[in-house]
Amino acid sequence: MTSDSHALHSDTHDHGHDDHGGAAHGSLKSYLIGFGLSVILTAIPFWLVMTGAIADKAVTALIVLVLAAVQIVVHMIYFLHMNTRSENGWTMMAMIFTVIMVVIALTGSLWVMHHLNINMMPMHDMSQMP
Amino acid sequence: MSVATTITTQDSEPIFHVVDEHDHPEGASTMLGFWIYLMSDCLIFAMLFATYGVLGGNYAAGPSPKDLFDLKLVALNTTMLLLSSITYGFAMLTMEKSKIGQTQLWLAITGLFGLAFLGIELTEFAHMIHEGATPQRSAFLSSFFTLVGTHGLHVTFGLVWLVTLMVQTARFGLTTANRRRLMCLSMFWHFLDVVWIGVFTFVYLLGMLR
Amino acid sequence: MNPDLVKMIFGRLNLEALPLHEPILVGTFAVVATGGLALFAIVTYFRLWTYLWREWFTTVDHKRIGIMYMILGIVMLLRGFADALMMRLQQAIAFNGSDGYLPAHHYDQVFTAHGVIMIFFVAMPLVTGLMNYVVPLQIGARDVSFPFLNNFSFWMTVGGAVLVMMSLFVGEFARTGWLAYPPLSNIGYSPDVGVDYYIWGLQVAGVGTTLSGINLVCTIVKLRAPGMTMMKMPVFTWTSLCTNVLIVASFPVLTAVLALLSLDRYVGTNFFTNDFGGNPMMYVNLIWIWGHPEVYILVLPAFGIFSEVTATFSGKRLFGYTSMVYATVVITILSYLVWLHHFFTMGSGASVNSFFGITTMIISIPTGAKMFNWLFTMYRGRIRFELPMMWTVAFMLTFVIGGMTGVLLAVPPADFVLHNSLFLIAHFHNVIIGGVLFGLFAGINYWFPKAFGFRLDPFWGKLSFWFWVSGFYFAFMPLYVLGLMGVTRRLRVFDDPSLQIWFVIAAFGAFLILLGIGAMLMQFAVSILRREQLKDTTGDPWNARTLEWATSSPPPDYNFAFTPVVYDNDAWWDMKRRGYKRPLGGFKPIHMPSNTGTGIILAGFATVMGFALIWYIWWLAAVSFVALLAVAIGHTFNYHRDFHIPADEVVRTEDARTRVLAAGAQT
Repeated sequence: MTSDSHALHSDTHDHGHDDHGGAAHGSLKSYLIGFGLSVILTAIPFWLVMTGAIADKAVTALIVLVLAAVQIVVHMIYFLHMNTRSENGWTMMAMIFTVIMVVIALTGSLWVMHHLNINMMPMHDMSQMP
Repeated sequence: MSVATTITTQDSEPIFHVVDEHDHPEGASTMLGFWIYLMSDCLIFAMLFATYGVLGGNYAAGPSPKDLFDLKLVALNTTMLLLSSITYGFAMLTMEKSKIGQTQLWLAITGLFGLAFLGIELTEFAHMIHEGATPQRSAFLSSFFTLVGTHGLHVTFGLVWLVTLMVQTARFGLTTANRRRLMCLSMFWHFLDVVWIGVFTFVYLLGMLR
Repeated sequence: MNPDLVKMIFGRLNLEALPLHEPILVGTFAVVATGGLALFAIVTYFRLWTYLWREWFTTVDHKRIGIMYMILGIVMLLRGFADALMMRLQQAIAFNGSDGYLPAHHYDQVFTAHGVIMIFFVAMPLVTGLMNYVVPLQIGARDVSFPFLNNFSFWMTVGGAVLVMMSLFVGEFARTGWLAYPPLSNIGYSPDVGVDYYIWGLQVAGVGTTLSGINLVCTIVKLRAPGMTMMKMPVFTWTSLCTNVLIVASFPVLTAVLALLSLDRYVGTNFFTNDFGGNPMMYVNLIWIWGHPEVYILVLPAFGIFSEVTATFSGKRLFGYTSMVYATVVITILSYLVWLHHFFTMGSGASVNSFFGITTMIISIPTGAKMFNWLFTMYRGRIRFELPMMWTVAFMLTFVIGGMTGVLLAVPPADFVLHNSLFLIAHFHNVIIGGVLFGLFAGINYWFPKAFGFRLDPFWGKLSFWFWVSGFYFAFMPLYVLGLMGVTRRLRVFDDPSLQIWFVIAAFGAFLILLGIGAMLMQFAVSILRREQLKDTTGDPWNARTLEWATSSPPPDYNFAFTPVVYDNDAWWDMKRRGYKRPLGGFKPIHMPSNTGTGIILAGFATVMGFALIWYIWWLAAVSFVALLAVAIGHTFNYHRDFHIPADEVVRTEDARTRVLAAGAQT
């Protein structure tokens, strides 16, 4: 919802025919920063999983997931040059909308199918049955 | 409720058309259009991730991630892709300075890293299939091969595109159209990076933690 | 000949694939072949092939592509409706031990083809066609953002339609129902080519739909006339934007899930099997993530049409423009949160079902808001009951019934009773015919004079209207009754003789609709014959409000000689009110895209590839794929895809219009 009200108001300046709207460019520095960050953000989760540095697997999984999310953001900013200005914010809008759709479809499918398995496939819990 | 009408003063002569026709520069919408295409591609991957998420635990008494995955190989593969990303970045930087030779060089290096990535991935696949872990063996393996394979297919397509653009750059120079195309491929290439982050996290790392 | 060699060359295609033993199909083939040959002969006799190729097949003009989409949709409507008639007839007579006239094998194909064709090759092309034609005109643009892509998208849609039609005479179509649920659609239970025709027909057309969605989103975002902010866009453009956003966000899902199904069928993976950890319900889950947005893809543009028509024929500004826009946006988002209501009975349990039941009921709120907006627009308006307005009123009455039965179905416990029954069939026909189709007919009657410069004949139009509307009620109200009695869908024969009368009434309704379609075809024919009497020279026959009516009918290739400047959301109304004078001089050359045959060639190769994959002709699939890639890459080597319409040609066109307008003003 928020993304769409954003759409309605962000576009006060329109008819932007400028050719450069979509093409924000990086500099050498920003590429190198992005690369450094992504190397670190890749190395840490691999190291965590390969060495088993943290005994609790759930904690490891959580850290790995958070690092992946951060790395995706890093790639978006430093390699894909995402910002709120390009194409009058439409690229950002499109991405926010897609993220919402992806989250709905992913979590929805997992949730729905998980409940289905619990309800319709009671075999897993046979051992606990009287 | 109704929208405020922005009628200026009635007596001033309103201008109802643009007198100086300006060409819509060719390709002005291309970057946005391509970005929207990438978003739709993103949803294809989302569905494959969802399928892996739902079916990825169904080993059907077959091999599980722990029996199959070699994280060292995956780490190497990830390195290839990350390196190809930064080299494509260098290609874009040299392109902006209109240094055609250096641009081509960086593009070629990017292509080689991409090729290395594909080679390693295919080796991994061949090894797994050789051990009997075929896509037909279990729903887990079906969804694994499809998700990772679709990413690989995208990289393959990216390589074909890369070669095409290198030929076009060599023949026609860094024209506006070619620059725009290189920028589109740049978006495509970095987008595949982002998808790969999802792949190595969800499939490989979390798979090993299962 | 060596059987291995034959198999390598022809795959599993052989003479037995031709349905020579089915008299109905042979008869159909004879009629289609005769008609096709006659058409071919006429085109050849009048030497129209070059004209068609240069001016239509290779065109990148959004107006011509839009018209071609409409023709495709109407042709496919005839096929899809023939299937409907056959089903109604079968169900009306298959009582008291009678087996009807359709064998099960054929009947199952008929109901599958009916659903697939009506959704993908009737509703989608008609909706896309109208958007393609109207949106660039409404926003004051010269064309869409990617004109070549537009041509390619159209031909991909045609390619999909060709594959589906081909299944009628070469091999057979799927016998699985229109969504091809596994495990029935998997290779074990459907080993023949039917499901493969289904998969590749939809995949080829789906590429076209996705690309045209991207194209129109980009067009609306980037090419609006100066001054047209988002909140000054006409409502039809708004609903088109939301529809195309939905297309871009949902058709990839269909592509993905059909790809998984084809992997199951071709490679032997285990996504949707019952063995080795596969789960058929995952297919149902995924395909409805596409399927529910799809119905909003169809109905949102219809809502846009009704908004334009109501405002125009009530002579008033649309009531509650802002709320209309927000309602559209809310429906867009919500349409993504309701997909499970299509399979409440799957067994996900109470918490999941209640969530999706509630979200489904919530959708009726913005839809209801729209309904009130239309009513308040009409309130105290000076309503002219021309054909578009008649369709709109019929829609409002019919759609409300469909909406209410929909809310009924949204209640999970009620759905457990009504699921898969004829009540459901009645419900979705009620909203799709009453909403989408009536909307399309309103749109066709409304914009036809814009596209061709003369109105549609009102007499035959009214005849068609009354046959359609009464036919709809006769055909589908009995199905509600039958559904409540517990009759399930897709049945071929019945045991209980007391049900027959309802099916006979429904068949009578289908017959009335047949008359309605006939009258509509007559309406087109009569209008073309009487085009001089029905002529409109003003370009604005309805005294309408939005920009497309500011230019001539039919509009010139470049749409507007000068890009208009917009101050109000009823831009053309505002221009008329403030004494707009048409510019008569100072024309400049206009930059336009050139025609290209690449789109039709690419789509042709894609269709051949689909055919080869269906029949396991691997060499042909490989060859056509390589050709596809080669032509696509070759096309990128062409850097000169545009030209300028010279200024004196613009002057000639505009002067001709000036004379026409002056002549019209004198009479």
